[in-house]
Amino acid sequence: MPAQPIELILARQFGDSLSMPVFLVDPEGNLLFYNEPAEGIFGLRFGDTGGMRVEEWATVFRPSDAHGNPIPPEDLPLVQTLTTRRPANGSFYIDNLKGERMLITVTAFPIEGRPNRYLGAMAMFWRSES
Amino acid sequence: MKVKIWGCRGSLPSSGPENYIYGGNTSCVQVTHGDTCIILDAGSGIQRLGRFLGPEVREIHILLTHLHIDHTMGLGFFLPMYNPNVNVHLWGPSASGEPLLNRLRRYFSPPLFPVRLGDLPNHPIIHELDNEDFFIDQVKIHSEYICHPGPTLGYRLSVGNSVLAYLPDHELQLGSCNFPDDPEWTSGFEIAKSASLLLHDGGYTAREYPPKLGWGHSTVRDSIAFAKMCEVKKLAVFHHEPTRTDEQIDQILKDALQNQKLDFEVEMCAEGNVYEL
Repeated sequence: MPAQPIELILARQFGDSLSMPVFLVDPEGNLLFYNEPAEGIFGLRFGDTGGMRVEEWATVFRPSDAHGNPIPPEDLPLVQTLTTRRPANGSFYIDNLKGERMLITVTAFPIEGRPNRYLGAMAMFWRSES
Repeated sequence: MKVKIWGCRGSLPSSGPENYIYGGNTSCVQVTHGDTCIILDAGSGIQRLGRFLGPEVREIHILLTHLHIDHTMGLGFFLPMYNPNVNVHLWGPSASGEPLLNRLRRYFSPPLFPVRLGDLPNHPIIHELDNEDFFIDQVKIHSEYICHPGPTLGYRLSVGNSVLAYLPDHELQLGSCNFPDDPEWTSGFEIAKSASLLLHDGGYTAREYPPKLGWGHSTVRDSIAFAKMCEVKKLAVFHHEPTRTDEQIDQILKDALQNQKLDFEVEMCAEGNVYEL
């Protein structure tokens, strides 16, 4: 597998050093890295899964609104960022692999390297009170 | 490819009798293949190189890894820049905003230097690079951003199976995850993998490194671990600290190689070294 660009390596290092949950994805949405705090939301350990293809990890969450209605992928902040290459923010409920339902707030932003190389996106999660 | 070292000191030229073996000039490496003349970085070593180039050389390609002063300070003293019969190509990293030409003009202007780029008989031809592959004649070149403050490129030059990897300023600990066990997440791996010769930053000892974290340089031990990960054939450790004497450089290598079993050659790079790849 070819090595990752330096911008993503540094983004992973940054995410690895934070105590808030962080996801790092490539331009296609494949999950490259999630940190230890994100493991609690995900219900999986990065050491066990490594990176995951978008089809694989997208099924882990079942995002829904306050009434339990499913949220279409295009309304999710990270998907919006990947589509528009713009920051996006939003709150929704998820059910993780452990069957826990939680309200989370997500801020996603694109990662663009020099000079205007689009490399993926980072999403930070906050667990909110429901 | 023939590779000649005209300078391998880091940060500041440091001539003196105590630096007789490894030399005092800052980064400059000449790569020759047939009639092709490529120069990696324009540190103080390029001044002397300029005096030894024959009149038959009419086209020169200078590949700058970055614009820190120890990699550019020799440009204004490179005689072929003042020769109307010579075309000089300057290649260097793209930045987010300002073009490479403008950034180079900061050096070629008062108060740093009296001569402006526009005053030269032939204006250098500027090429901006990012992560890409290109050819200069028969030499295939791969450039890639690496971990060092400011836009900085590493270069991989190949002709057939001969590969030179050039990473003179590179911080491995900051630019990698799980170093040295995960090549996919290590800055510079694509540049250095399976190289015939790797010229790599090893400015510090392990003891010196912690307070200098983030300054953009690596330890000799990390440089060796990186070379091992990349399965290179030979490592020449580059970017010696300006305060370092020949004796100290020898001792640092001896210490770094203690209890190591390596299947490739390791040496401290010295000014004047020639490598045939």
